[in-house]
Amino acid sequence: MSSRRLNRGAGLGLGIAMIWFSLLVLIPLAALVVKAAGGGLSTFGHVLTESETRDALLLTVRTSLIVTVLNVVLGTLIAWELVRDRPIRGAGVQEWLWGKVRVVIDLVIDIPFALPTIVAGLVLLSLYGPHSPLGLHWAPTTQKAILVAIAFVTLPFVVRTVQPVLEELDTDAEDAAASLGASRFTTLRRIVLPSVLPAILAGASLSFARGLSEYGSLVLLSSNSPHRTETVSVRLFAFIEQSNTQSAAALATVLLVVALLAIVVLDLVQRRVTRHG
Amino acid sequence: MKSIKVTAALVAAGVLALTGCGSSSGSSSKTLNIVGFSVLEQPNQKVIAGFNKTAAGKGVKIQGAYGASGTERDAVLGGQKADEVHLSLEPDVAKLVDAGKVAANWKDNATHGICTDTVVVFGVQPGNPKGIKTWDDLLKPGVHIVTPDPGSSGSAKWNLLAAYGAYRQETGSDAAAQADLKKFIHNVVSWPSSGRDATSTFENGTGDVLLSYENEVILARQSGQKLDYVDPDTSLLIENPCAVTKGAPKAATDFLDFQKSVAGQKLYVASGFRPLPGVNVGTETVQGANDPSNPFPAIAHLQTIDKDFGGWSSANTKFFDPNNGIITKLKAANSQ
Repeated sequence: MSSRRLNRGAGLGLGIAMIWFSLLVLIPLAALVVKAAGGGLSTFGHVLTESETRDALLLTVRTSLIVTVLNVVLGTLIAWELVRDRPIRGAGVQEWLWGKVRVVIDLVIDIPFALPTIVAGLVLLSLYGPHSPLGLHWAPTTQKAILVAIAFVTLPFVVRTVQPVLEELDTDAEDAAASLGASRFTTLRRIVLPSVLPAILAGASLSFARGLSEYGSLVLLSSNSPHRTETVSVRLFAFIEQSNTQSAAALATVLLVVALLAIVVLDLVQRRVTRHG
Repeated sequence: MKSIKVTAALVAAGVLALTGCGSSSGSSSKTLNIVGFSVLEQPNQKVIAGFNKTAAGKGVKIQGAYGASGTERDAVLGGQKADEVHLSLEPDVAKLVDAGKVAANWKDNATHGICTDTVVVFGVQPGNPKGIKTWDDLLKPGVHIVTPDPGSSGSAKWNLLAAYGAYRQETGSDAAAQADLKKFIHNVVSWPSSGRDATSTFENGTGDVLLSYENEVILARQSGQKLDYVDPDTSLLIENPCAVTKGAPKAATDFLDFQKSVAGQKLYVASGFRPLPGVNVGTETVQGANDPSNPFPAIAHLQTIDKDFGGWSSANTKFFDPNNGIITKLKAANSQ
């Protein structure tokens, strides 16, 4: 009786999940691939051999990769600072102050995520544009501006995936390792890293995928010069505006494959590391 | 077994809900839906208010949807409700004709299907520090041009054709005009996706010259934005087409007629558009113009798309074909 009720509940849950997922994700994606396939392989060939599109794709993938690596290192560091690195020594005032700073950082870290990306573009333009108070005239004519834009909008991903895992992580094992004579680095590598690595990689794949698709902030930060600062999302938009929907669908499918590939690779890395860790 | 039945029922419910959403959007007969390119949003508020004061327009509620011309065209092709369309360039309306949304004879009227006119001008940084006055000034080394990307912004095509036309006017030959346009394209530092993005980019300090439309610059100045502009000696007349869709109520035609009337044109003029030829709006003061009491100085060589470029369909292929267009190729060659 009870197992039967459980089955029905599980079936209902699965049904709802599948319908929701299908309506939102599977059916539109299938439609995209069908649309792209409608033009035959020649459309893919044409899109990929066109040097302007290829350069846009390479620029976007390269920039997203660099940013993802940056996020993995800096995002983990920020998460660590937020959760772990509370000063033990020092006066009470200092500790109190540090606590406040952490609360502020904890709030602010989500802003790149919450802000409409075009506003992000505007903010970054005032800092890195022609009137830059820092003297960094990167936007909108250099690839550095694109790197900054993608880094800005993807900052929270690794931080927010790693932070809760670190918070849950018991320090007992670390203490035990330390008491057995492991160095701080060995403890980090053998005890902490294997536990947070899945979260880091999940954050990395989100960050990479988000970087590939960034459009809004680049509207103001990139000059869209073909072969130099034109990103793939802008190229895609141009195809759509030209009513060249088949090329747009083909390029979107290529992006989909790249994102999928990244997720699969990161998943494999994670399996490998957790097995050998 | 049961779970499969439940799943099937939910799928059916989902499908019903979706189709239900599609068919439930009816509208009352006194509401007009107009679709326009983005720049029209502000001027149209006044024009709609003016229309509502006329006998024909009393009690007609007008809802506007505005966006990039190509985006709005695709929205209408995709089924968005539109009783009247007012787009940036003719090929966008032509696509609606091909799809059967607009009657083929939409140009058979006094204005040849045009509702608003303006010209291509040079936006310059406040005070015009580089002293830019002529098209030749744009070719000088170190002059940085901002113009929207003709690939993603249909209305950007006006700018590049104006440049080409001006260089052809000066040099007298297509070959020399292409050589000049090559230098021009070399000086472009930014190709934003739309006219509005181009204005924002320029305002934030990028570039010495913004290729823009006179009405867009005047409207920006009316809104307090800091940029100056120069009317060049040679320019291209920008003509924005408008048409009622098939099966639209009579009120749509009434509104279209009002847009083209003296009263309607006066309201567009106040927002920076030039009056349609043959419509005498008298002497209007236009805030934001270089000289508000003489807002639209005559342009010595004002070219038109029909007279100087053989109409849009031929110009589109010749200059902007995605593979072989003259401008497409020059643009691609520049950055390699």
